[in-house]
Amino acid sequence: MITLSVFDLSLAALLVLILAALSWHMRLGLERSLLIATLRMVVQLSLIGLVLKTIFATSGLLWVSLMAVVMLLAAGREVMARQQRRLKGWWGYGLGTGAMFISSFAVTVLALFTMIGNQPWYEPQYAIPLLGMMLGNTMSGIALALDRLTQTAWQQRAIIEQRLMLGQTRTEAIDEIRREAMRSGMMHIINAMAAAGIVSLPGMMTGQILAGAPPMEAVKYQILIMFLIAAGTGFGVTAALWLASRRLFDERHRLRLEVLSAPRA
Amino acid sequence: MVALERPPVSDPLLRVSRLITHQRGPFDLSIDAGECVSLRGPSGSGKSLLLRAIADLDPHQGEVWLDGVACAQIPAPQWRRQVALLPVESQWWLDEVSAHLSGKDCPWLIPLGFGEAALGWQVSRLSSGEKQRLALARALMNRPRVLLLDEPSASLDEVSAAALEAVVSDYRHDTGAAVLWVSHSAAQAARVATRHYQLTPQGVQEGEP
Repeated sequence: MITLSVFDLSLAALLVLILAALSWHMRLGLERSLLIATLRMVVQLSLIGLVLKTIFATSGLLWVSLMAVVMLLAAGREVMARQQRRLKGWWGYGLGTGAMFISSFAVTVLALFTMIGNQPWYEPQYAIPLLGMMLGNTMSGIALALDRLTQTAWQQRAIIEQRLMLGQTRTEAIDEIRREAMRSGMMHIINAMAAAGIVSLPGMMTGQILAGAPPMEAVKYQILIMFLIAAGTGFGVTAALWLASRRLFDERHRLRLEVLSAPRA
Repeated sequence: MVALERPPVSDPLLRVSRLITHQRGPFDLSIDAGECVSLRGPSGSGKSLLLRAIADLDPHQGEVWLDGVACAQIPAPQWRRQVALLPVESQWWLDEVSAHLSGKDCPWLIPLGFGEAALGWQVSRLSSGEKQRLALARALMNRPRVLLLDEPSASLDEVSAAALEAVVSDYRHDTGAAVLWVSHSAAQAARVATRHYQLTPQGVQEGEP
């Protein structure tokens, strides 16, 4: 594999600098946020490189678990931040995090034990990138689905209550909204699978090919990952929507939208 | 000595006892089977909130009994099928009218002034008055034992309002249902109801229409 020197990276960075200068010259006002984002990206990735280097060197279950928990908590925070109207209190954070835990973690551990099956099963070179991809994808799916559920329930509260008045159960009254939310949570991965290889070369496969892996091996890994992501997203979204739609009602089948926070300005 | 036999005291069909909802109340009222009672009060006095609480749509304190059975003892969806609330503004979520009327034939369409064709109408093209009358037909499809009507003829002309009053009256006589009728008009209250409640900050008081 060809390693990149600092000079190579500086050359590429020069392109971004030129773009920033162009933005300043054309008064687009983008240069500031562009440079900050670039700087953040370099610092964050360098740091994670150092962390991964350390963890790969130790290869201990404790360190891998710690890293996994940090990743999970960060993803949970991200899911919460993307909600316009989130559940108040611990639910807002715990719901998405819990759903990702049971889907991403379970599917990743299953894959490590059975399909990849190396020794030890938690070897960080496999475990951490795999979990990262699972979390990244289930995160978007769960965030989109929850946002759709709470927003639609808020907009259609009169309809939900009308259905309750006519004697429908809470499950019947929110069924269509939940199905719609499920669809929007799954759309991303379904589109990604449909477009894979034709419109886009998936990132992981590209990376493996760049690193010198035979294309068919890279493809097999990518297919495995797609299966895992689809299953993980589906289970995670289902769990999150089930819990959240339960939370919107009480045991007397009353719509309790006061469990949602007001949208941010 | 011969014990005097007490006349059998029948429970009211609907009894509301010490009901507190949204910091209003306590409210007490009762309606016998086959009886229609009006409820009036200034806007904002909580008439709609009281009806919502009776239908168990809002959290509340106190208890509501239907024929001697407490609301809390019945699953909520079953309660709401028996204690039907007709809100001021009805909601329709499917494309066609018929999709909202569970069951095959709706015997109230013609008395309410509709033909059979109304079942195929698009909900998006209904006028507010049509919605109001069709909402009553839809609510009656559950064969409720109590009707909570929140200004059911607010957007109806005189002819349609008379038709609606007749349908409610017939249903009440046929099934022995109890009706609580919120109305802004004293004339309508006097016409449809035999007893009259007034909603005040002190609670529900019986009085003139």
